[in-house]
Amino acid sequence: MLLEIKNLHAIIKSNGKEILKGIDLSINAGEVHAIMGPNGSGKSTLSSVLAGNPSYEVTEGEVIFNGKNLLELSPEDRSHEGLFLSFQYPVEIPGVSMSNFMRAAINEHRKYKGLEPLSASDFLKLMREKQEYVELNNKLAGRSVNEGFSGGEKKRNEIFQMAMLEPKLSILDETDSGLDIDALRIVAGGVNKLKSSENASIVITHYQRLLDYIVPDFVHVLYKGKIVKSAGKELALELEKKGYDWIKKELGE
Amino acid sequence: MDNIVDKVTNEDYKYGFTTDIETEVIPKGLNEDIIRLISKKKNEPEWLLEFRLEAFRHWQTLTVPTWPHLSIPEIDFQDIYYYAAPKAEVEGSENKEIDPELLKTFDKLGIPLHEQKALAGMAVDAVMDSVSVKTTQQEALAELGIIFCSIGEAVQNYPELVRKYLGSVVSHTDNFYAALNSAVFSDGTFVYIPKGVRCPMELSTYFRINAKGSGQFERTLIVVDDDSYVSYLEGCSAPMRDENQLHAAIVELVAMEHSEIKYSTVQNWYPGDKDGKGGIYNFVTKRALCKGNGSKVSWTQVETGSAITWKYPSCVLLGDNSVGEFYSVAVTNNYQQADTGTKMIHIGKNTHSHIVSKGISAGHSQNSYRGLVKVVENASNARNYSQCDSLLLGDKCGAHTFPYMEVRNETAIVEHEATTSKISEDQVFYCNQRGIKTEDAIALIVGGYAKEVISKLPMEFAVEAKNLLSISLEGSVG
Ligand SMILES: Nc1ncnc2c1ncn2[C@@H]1O[C@H](COP(=O)(O)OP(=O)(O)OP(=O)(O)O)[C@@H](O)[C@H]1O
Ligand SMILES: [Mg+2]
Repeated sequence: MLLEIKNLHAIIKSNGKEILKGIDLSINAGEVHAIMGPNGSGKSTLSSVLAGNPSYEVTEGEVIFNGKNLLELSPEDRSHEGLFLSFQYPVEIPGVSMSNFMRAAINEHRKYKGLEPLSASDFLKLMREKQEYVELNNKLAGRSVNEGFSGGEKKRNEIFQMAMLEPKLSILDETDSGLDIDALRIVAGGVNKLKSSENASIVITHYQRLLDYIVPDFVHVLYKGKIVKSAGKELALELEKKGYDWIKKELGE
Repeated sequence: MDNIVDKVTNEDYKYGFTTDIETEVIPKGLNEDIIRLISKKKNEPEWLLEFRLEAFRHWQTLTVPTWPHLSIPEIDFQDIYYYAAPKAEVEGSENKEIDPELLKTFDKLGIPLHEQKALAGMAVDAVMDSVSVKTTQQEALAELGIIFCSIGEAVQNYPELVRKYLGSVVSHTDNFYAALNSAVFSDGTFVYIPKGVRCPMELSTYFRINAKGSGQFERTLIVVDDDSYVSYLEGCSAPMRDENQLHAAIVELVAMEHSEIKYSTVQNWYPGDKDGKGGIYNFVTKRALCKGNGSKVSWTQVETGSAITWKYPSCVLLGDNSVGEFYSVAVTNNYQQADTGTKMIHIGKNTHSHIVSKGISAGHSQNSYRGLVKVVENASNARNYSQCDSLLLGDKCGAHTFPYMEVRNETAIVEHEATTSKISEDQVFYCNQRGIKTEDAIALIVGGYAKEVISKLPMEFAVEAKNLLSISLEGSVG
């Protein structure tokens, strides 16, 4: 198993509020899991906690990733181990060019694996090759990290970074939001090209349209910090039609 | 940020070693006899002794300035050696052979002084304590009529030029430390670029303080004649000591018609330890006179060292259409203090000035920008744009901005923008998520923040400056 989450509870450090209230989830290599759920239910918090964001504290439960205790690893080592988060709100870093940023990232990953840093020319070749996955304009790669990027460009840039780092598990947090119809197809195409029997993804989304392109093996509904329903891809279609009320009803609310 | 700031460790100051070399010092203290002695040691003409004495008499009437946003412990000016000369040459050697210890010292600092090992495209004047040890590439430059030598040598060989310009931009009456420097100044660099010459290499001076208990009072004078160009760079360092040492310099630049001077500084004086003990007091007056029409002066500084920095490299824009620029990154960490900025004085017509100041504060440090933009009555169509950004790492440090404007001509356009930001936890986490550890993330983010200034440095030094930035912030974030 690639990822196993058992009874995960997490709070917001600044105010002590519990957001994740006992999550259980198992993911095998080769699978795509969609997570849906109303606004504020804890989807981004789950991704943040898995990636090791220091704003949250795990109070209970365990997470095994690739045979390792994920919660004991630093955020950068989680990345080195192959966990990638496509942020719902990618961060701008003024003055730091995408190529400098990616070069630092790639070389840290290589160092972790005991490899020499990439030469400048090999690195540029890799950049050019991976940009094509998401049809990212070469000019964007010369600009500062996400600075002044449009919403859609930021999302494409996340998938470009994913292509560069070739993660084992990618968590795509609303990567479809802000994308126009063509961009959605391009980004989804990029994700599909990166898919293999060795890796897996968690796709967080509100809409079926992304799942038309990236077809999930499982769909989970996260509600009030818990996974309250899991099924096959047909669940997403049902949610699209009926919303969440029927699930709340099932829960006796 | 709180949870990642605060693990303050002792940072590495790579240049903190001492050179063991025989050094001639004159008695501590300051009086007319000492000044006569310094002047005699340097075999100076009468007019220069008078220049010094006049400055000294004026200095005695002054008190230490208190307006900077700095807390400066009282300095005992009678407890300083005003002249310390390492015996640079091997005794009895025929062609002024330099002591191998000194060569080794400058090698260690990355400044090879052997002509054959000299850095390509660069000439160096190496100054230790009060004297210039060696100036490289002089002959190649002389072929173009360029004078590049220590100011002491210039006084001997080009007395008319020195007399004409010395004190013409920064008078001894300018301020307390300018008066002090004018009275006791030791070596520094003299540059003269004749008409119509584009200096083909970087000229640079490396200042090193070595002797204990001494101060360094360097004096630099650069005159660039009509239609000429020079790019000049200064670097510096000092041993790690518990005592504070005073560095009070004057730099004067004169730019004639359509000439251009690029003056870059990478300031890395010993900053003191993590508790604020020791370090250099860097009290410097730097000013450029854009004398000719269409002349241009750019000051670029990367300030990472010194316990206390007090300097305002300025431009007097006298010639019509002259341009003044100031690009600065000032980093303070631990208990360092910096009060730095610029003055742009618009006097000619259609003069432009551009100011970019980037302050970075960490630890318990205090970092102030202080700038004056002045447009006199007749200076029509003056333009100024100032941007002052402060970046805070942690919450125990301070950043302050004191922009002053005095505009007497209504055609002037003067703009000022200021921002204060913190490195956000989100930025650091974003880097972490991509596999970059926090320390490298901070260096990356700070490098990006300072990029606009660093990119103005000569290429070879941009890399060094970037490294210095991250080294000086080492330990400020855990
Ligand atoms: N750092 C934080 N500080 C304060 N509140 C937070 C923080 N992070 C999350 N929350 C709160 O926790 C709850 C869950 O937020 P989260 O972002 O995980 O929701 P989500 O399911 O991703 O929602 P959406 O569909 O709108 O993206 C929300 O009420 C949110 O306001
Ligand atoms: Mg979310």
